[in-house]
Amino acid sequence: MTLRDIINKLLGRQESSASTARERLQLVLAHDRSDLSPELLDQMRKEILEVVAKYVEIDLEEGAVSLETEDRMTALVANLPIKRSLSGAIQVKEPVKESSD
Amino acid sequence: METKTRIILICSGKGGVGKTTLTANLGISLARQGVRTAVLDADFGLRNLDLLLGLENRIVYTAQEVLEESCRLDQALVKHKQEPNLSLLPAGNPRMLDWLKPDDMQRIVSMLTDKFDYVLIDCPAGVEDGFKNAVSASKEAIVVTNPEVSAVRDADRVIGLLNTHGIKPIQLVLNRVRPRMMASQEMLSIEDVTDILALPLLGIVLEDEQVIVSTNRGEPLTLTGSKSPAARCYSNIAKRMQGEEIPLIDPSKEGSGIRDKFRRLMQTKIF
Ligand SMILES: Nc1ncnc2c1ncn2[C@@H]1O[C@H](COP(=O)(O)OP(=O)(O)OP(=O)(O)O)[C@@H](O)[C@H]1O
Ligand SMILES: [Mg+2]
Repeated sequence: MTLRDIINKLLGRQESSASTARERLQLVLAHDRSDLSPELLDQMRKEILEVVAKYVEIDLEEGAVSLETEDRMTALVANLPIKRSLSGAIQVKEPVKESSD
Repeated sequence: METKTRIILICSGKGGVGKTTLTANLGISLARQGVRTAVLDADFGLRNLDLLLGLENRIVYTAQEVLEESCRLDQALVKHKQEPNLSLLPAGNPRMLDWLKPDDMQRIVSMLTDKFDYVLIDCPAGVEDGFKNAVSASKEAIVVTNPEVSAVRDADRVIGLLNTHGIKPIQLVLNRVRPRMMASQEMLSIEDVTDILALPLLGIVLEDEQVIVSTNRGEPLTLTGSKSPAARCYSNIAKRMQGEEIPLIDPSKEGSGIRDKFRRLMQTKIF
């Protein structure tokens, strides 16, 4: 973020178009480079959430799995907020045995 | 046997970003430095390199006749009058596209190898057959792009393909840089583009009306010893190719007035 971006933010103006261009490019290139279709990515997101939800209580609404890219390296980044009990402890579940159907 | 000839593909993915203009100017500039240079028009569908070099009226044979063995290579090569170190191998009839294969491109380039120190291949836009044929005959590449989202995205695609073809090194030329727009952050910065594409920067070329004037005349800027902004950039790039260490022109440092200083302050990265 640059001084101009901060001032623009304070004044409620749009950020500079170069910043927008940079962000949009980073996003689109992560997808271009991975060759993953949005449907596949979405399916993968669901499955990852399901697996993690077997062990810890996560907020299914908040969970995000995305592709990020830097230096021609693409990473799959999962951001899965874990629900905490009132005491603040992480709620760990007993792993449930997969039912074979 | 390994050859010393540098076979460099000039490509971009997106059309109209300045490949042919760069090829013509680098060809002239390298020739002026005394190295034997061939420029090969691999854009068989929409050939233009002849026009930019002002050689369109001197073409007798093309790559097509060479491949068909109805003429010798030296009959097809068009030597530049003022810069005899530079030769153009013109593209043939667009119908060549129907039968041209990677083998054919490799055959042409291997004929040029050893007769020249540099073979610059002006690649067609796109990533289809024309591109694939040209890549198959190349060793290194210069990727040309503009500081615009679509050009950068397409460049990224091309870089991926060049990597899978084992092309090395791949260097970047950022063309049509507008210092004013970059300073006011209405254009991707040089750093933005090199960060995103993760390629070493061979050089930038400033946006310059003289490019169009020189195209009208069929005299590349580097031929006339012009001091215009783009001319300086092109000849810097050619010198860097030859191993000279020439500092980059920093567009943000252009201008020393109070307004330019203020612009630079506004551009400072805070976090
Ligand atoms: N630095 C520059 N400043 C101003 N105009 C430029 C610059 N570079 C290129 N141009 C203009 O941009 C246009 C496209 O250039 P050029 O033909 O070299 O692109 P190209 O990548 O070879 O296109 P194609 O993909 O169609 O082969 C031309 O009109 C040219 O004059
Ligand atoms: Mg062209």
